[in-house]
Amino acid sequence: MPSDTEKPSPELMLAFYRRLYPFKSVFKWLNHEHTPSRLFTHREISFTLQNDVYMRYNSFTTADEFKKQTCALNPTRFEIGPVYTARPRDKKTVRPGAFTPVQRELVFDIDMTDYDGIRTCCSGADICKRCWGFIGVAVRVLDGAIRQQFGYKHLLWVYSGRRGIHLWISDREAMVLTDDQRRSLVNFLMVIQGGKEMHKKVNVRPMVKGRPSVLPPSIQQALDQLVGPFGDLVLQDQDCFRREEGWKELLKLIPDSKIVANLEKKWASSEDRPSDDKWSDLRDAISAAYSPDDRAPMKRAIEDIVLQYTYPRIDAEVSKHRNHLLKAPFCVHPKTGRICVPLDPERIDEFDPDLVPTVGQLLGELDAATSEPTEGEHSDWEKTSLKPYVDMLEKHALGLMSVVRKDRITSDMTW
Amino acid sequence: MLKSSRKPDGEVRVHFGLKYPRRLSLYDRPPTEDITLEEFESCAIDRLHVLCEIESCYARNRPFEELKDITKSQCDKHVPLDHNTATTKDRDSQRRKDVTGHFVLRLAFCRSEELRRRFVKAETTLFRVRYLESSHSERADFHQSVDFDWTPVEESEKEMYKSQLKAAGPDADEKEQYFKVKWTNVPDLVAKRKVFLKDGWAYVPSKEQPSIVFQEFQTRLEQALEMTAKALPRMDEDTRLEPILANLSQGFIAGLGSEWSTNENTGEDIRAEMVDELAQKHFPMCMRNLHENLTRNHHLKHFGRLQYGLFLKVLGVSIDEALIFWRKSFSGHTDDQFNKHYKYNIRHQYGLEGRRANYTAKSCQQILMNDQPGASDSHGCPYRHFSPDNLRTALLTTYSSQGLTEADLPEIMNTVRAEAYHVACTRVYEITHARDNVRKGDGIGSGETVTHPNQYAAASRALERASTGGGKVESDGDIVMN
Repeated sequence: MPSDTEKPSPELMLAFYRRLYPFKSVFKWLNHEHTPSRLFTHREISFTLQNDVYMRYNSFTTADEFKKQTCALNPTRFEIGPVYTARPRDKKTVRPGAFTPVQRELVFDIDMTDYDGIRTCCSGADICKRCWGFIGVAVRVLDGAIRQQFGYKHLLWVYSGRRGIHLWISDREAMVLTDDQRRSLVNFLMVIQGGKEMHKKVNVRPMVKGRPSVLPPSIQQALDQLVGPFGDLVLQDQDCFRREEGWKELLKLIPDSKIVANLEKKWASSEDRPSDDKWSDLRDAISAAYSPDDRAPMKRAIEDIVLQYTYPRIDAEVSKHRNHLLKAPFCVHPKTGRICVPLDPERIDEFDPDLVPTVGQLLGELDAATSEPTEGEHSDWEKTSLKPYVDMLEKHALGLMSVVRKDRITSDMTW
Repeated sequence: MLKSSRKPDGEVRVHFGLKYPRRLSLYDRPPTEDITLEEFESCAIDRLHVLCEIESCYARNRPFEELKDITKSQCDKHVPLDHNTATTKDRDSQRRKDVTGHFVLRLAFCRSEELRRRFVKAETTLFRVRYLESSHSERADFHQSVDFDWTPVEESEKEMYKSQLKAAGPDADEKEQYFKVKWTNVPDLVAKRKVFLKDGWAYVPSKEQPSIVFQEFQTRLEQALEMTAKALPRMDEDTRLEPILANLSQGFIAGLGSEWSTNENTGEDIRAEMVDELAQKHFPMCMRNLHENLTRNHHLKHFGRLQYGLFLKVLGVSIDEALIFWRKSFSGHTDDQFNKHYKYNIRHQYGLEGRRANYTAKSCQQILMNDQPGASDSHGCPYRHFSPDNLRTALLTTYSSQGLTEADLPEIMNTVRAEAYHVACTRVYEITHARDNVRKGDGIGSGETVTHPNQYAAASRALERASTGGGKVESDGDIVMN
């Protein structure tokens, strides 16, 4: 359906905000309770208008006001920023020093363009079900690491509308992290580093007596999760080492020049040898050249290769600062018209970016449905394929709200 | 609150033992006794000497060992602080001076975010130096006195996570003691993956215990300074203090001036079309790389634009010329795209948008340490962020016309391997300026090493001016070289 993925018109966007956008659910998710708190009223929302004018420091007192203003401005998209010490819309009236960010969800952004060096199916802004495999792996590793190591529980994964995915963490402890702490957390999770001109992008082993030692426990755990996907995704599906530029990159990561020379000769003469076979060639060459006792350095090099090709590639700058703005869930991607829907990390592999509803499609569904009589006060999104996604956000928000409620009960000891 | 002259000794002295029982302090209780105005100022100024010296050590990139020695000698001179064993010294009045000086400086440096940040950094370093030279028993006594919120890890739990604990700190032995703290209390250990994390708890080996202490010191001081900043307006009525405090914060600011912020005033403006030629002749490798990338791809990513744009600004390219330069370079974009996506960004660098800050160009240290290049970025320091073979090729293609040969590479690559990136860059400068009679060890003038890309370019242009000013020197040099 190529007509579906066209740039949505302003009329379409307005109808979407009026009838479909789940302002209430987004409010509950940001606010953690029913009555507006500072988490919502002191929160920056920034709009990108139809003429690409960027309007920063908006804030609202209620979900209704939020909806009204959004419909009045009819932006192409809007972004969510931090909770400040004062209402962002009063920014000009408070002393500059008295206006600072205090709370913010911990956010992550993974973008497919960071995989351009390794994916073989698409490049740039394109994405298909096949390269989504990399995102799937990244989500599982990151989701597990954050839950187990940092102990956060309220994670919301959101499709970015085109070629990436966002993660919003709303745990109380995560909301109040300082920029320094965020930076440390990101450094802890970052494995792929070094620019375009650096071949070996994985350098995470602590040095013991001048030699790289075993992997830190967190990364060892990730590696255990990544060995399977490396075979399925990198060797089989993407076939990363079939073409010359692919296997040349691989050979640059092997620290034994003799093996490299041999394999280079072999692979150059047999064009089109699949990645699987090349990987076996490498394995055979290593077992032939090293006895099991002194194979450790090679084993480490191989582990680092697996990490380089599959470990999540995070856009670090997004996560490091409380005042970084990130596109709100359920916005419409201005280029593709697709909705930024929440995702279930458990079922990430079933997700197909091409099947995400577009704004045009949803309004079509709505027109077809409204011929039937409506009962009571239901939101219009309930009649469209947006429903399961809104339900997901609702459920997530309920989880956050129950934490606040429990805290209130335990702290309220007045009888 | 403040009374004039009274003998500093006397009523504060408790006869049995010391009023300040410990040498180390988290400065959680302000001094309450009366002091003279003179003492108020002199305590602070003495401490300020030490803090300024610490700041300048950071600015000069001195290794921690050197910094420690310098700090110690400064302390002995200005604010001596003896161990409890030094019974012949008046430890109480030393400690009183230490505490007083600290609290007076808090008042002076809580006013702005920038001052607070610098004060915290210098104070934390001072604390660190003092902590590290304390004896084991002194430290244990200090740990006892503060509620650090750490729990020892039980043997059974240690056994359960044995392999993970071992992998997180491979040089630890079996008997290592571990403490459990919230990970947010040890962000630096987390950032370096030196601890095992589980459910938000960091398992810190006892040898890393100082890390927790330093972090605690820093966090408490940061919070205290913010509190002080809020309370400060209520103190302004005491007009005697205001000028002293203002004077103190001035002193701190003036103590440090190593930022390369002024435009090189050479009397001539650099026009957009001159950048290419200047790049070939005068730019260090990082800027050459950005320039090549920009010419080749007609685009640079955000941090690339930032690093290169600010460099050009300080080099002397005016905003109008900068816009022309970037517009020409981004030839694949329409005027509309350029105006929408990049113009703001460039004007921002010149302080014409947003915060309107006068941004300075990034120093080598910032380029090396901050904003690590991602997988498709081209900013950063080539000596650090290129793989060795790419660096070799890049150096040869970039600088061979200026006299760098294959034979020079082993030496450069060795320096890179030793992680002395400044030195490698300085060596390349010496080689490429050999025809201007720069010899090995001369650096960019009187033996100085490169610490800022603009300093590299400035030195190179100054050499050229000197030689063209001197008439035929350059062409003569060329003939000799060939």
